[in-house]
Amino acid sequence: MYYVVTIATLVTMALALVRALIGPTVYDRVLTVNMFGTKTVLLLSVIAFLAGRPDFLDLALAYALINFIGVLAVLEFFKSRSVRREQERGADTESDGGGTE
Amino acid sequence: MNSAPDVPTDNHSARAHLARVLLLAVLLAAAWLLWSGFFKPLILMLGALSCAIVLITAHRMHLFDTDIFALRFTARLFRFWLWLGREIVRSSLEVTRIVLNPKLPIKPTVVEFDAHCEHPVDRVILGNSITLTPGTLTLSLDDQHFTVHALTEEGARDIQDGEMDRLVSELRSR
Amino acid sequence: MMDQALIKIVLDTISWILLTAGAFFVLVGGIGALRMPNLYTRMHAASVTDTMGAVLVLCGVMVQAGLSLATIKLAAILLFLLITSPTSSYALAHAALLAGIKPAAGHAADEEHHA
Repeated sequence: MYYVVTIATLVTMALALVRALIGPTVYDRVLTVNMFGTKTVLLLSVIAFLAGRPDFLDLALAYALINFIGVLAVLEFFKSRSVRREQERGADTESDGGGTE
Repeated sequence: MNSAPDVPTDNHSARAHLARVLLLAVLLAAAWLLWSGFFKPLILMLGALSCAIVLITAHRMHLFDTDIFALRFTARLFRFWLWLGREIVRSSLEVTRIVLNPKLPIKPTVVEFDAHCEHPVDRVILGNSITLTPGTLTLSLDDQHFTVHALTEEGARDIQDGEMDRLVSELRSR
Repeated sequence: MMDQALIKIVLDTISWILLTAGAFFVLVGGIGALRMPNLYTRMHAASVTDTMGAVLVLCGVMVQAGLSLATIKLAAILLFLLITSPTSSYALAHAALLAGIKPAAGHAADEEHHA
């Protein structure tokens, strides 16, 4: 019965990859990376029991940590990039949601 | 990140400070022992070292100057969790119905409102609870001003009714 | 002996139901992320997987694990996911908002609080 969850998770990961490939903005891609990470954690937890290897749970927790930190770091990177572009463009358009930092 | 400097500090700060350090140290040590499961001197020393590094880093982040453990585990908190769980199940089914509907009947709405809860921890709880409930998403949180994106008008109405806000701001009252 | 076999059957059934429901919600999140028209609506779909999917799947595995260290670890993973997933969703939505990606629809009818 673990196979149902494993297959559903794998299919969802494939769907997320499709969205990552067509996703128009970079934030769509970050969203799918985040989804992919959550799916990986679930998959690892299920496989730990499917294969009878409980030490996979430690990997799942470590992956959850890395996924969270990684997404935040990538977002911080893109945020600083968009702020820099805003500055380079000069102060001619300061209306739409520029950096409030 | 605006790490709010207006966080309320309490009067007997030295004792509360020490209590927070000790609480975090105990939690970290318990987590290490639970996860490693080895009781060899070298591993235990490495664990003590990592706990010390985390405590020093937390101290340098001024984490102990604010009441980070401000959440009181009262019956009210558990009632809130029960309510939140029911709400999550209800709105998950709602979003599932929308996603599987061939016509995709969405009507994205942006709601702005001022929350009643004042404590920073309460605001984080409220913002995260809104995001945790499928169908509503916290877009921005500026002091007490929340901007929430809702998938349907129904979800937007639920947010504007402010029941979650009321429940969260009641968490701290006794 | 009879009772233990019965309890095992009941537990297996419960965990099977939880796992299947979890798999269903995980799949719904994936389909939603593909079908929804823009970023913010996609995030709503993704949050179905992050909450219902994760809770149901991990609870189903927890029922299988019984009272053991594995259950504690699974509970820790679940707690961690429930804290971090809205936080990273908020970071993503806020970063997208700052970058100027607009939510598709206009504001709600009553804007009494709007400055």
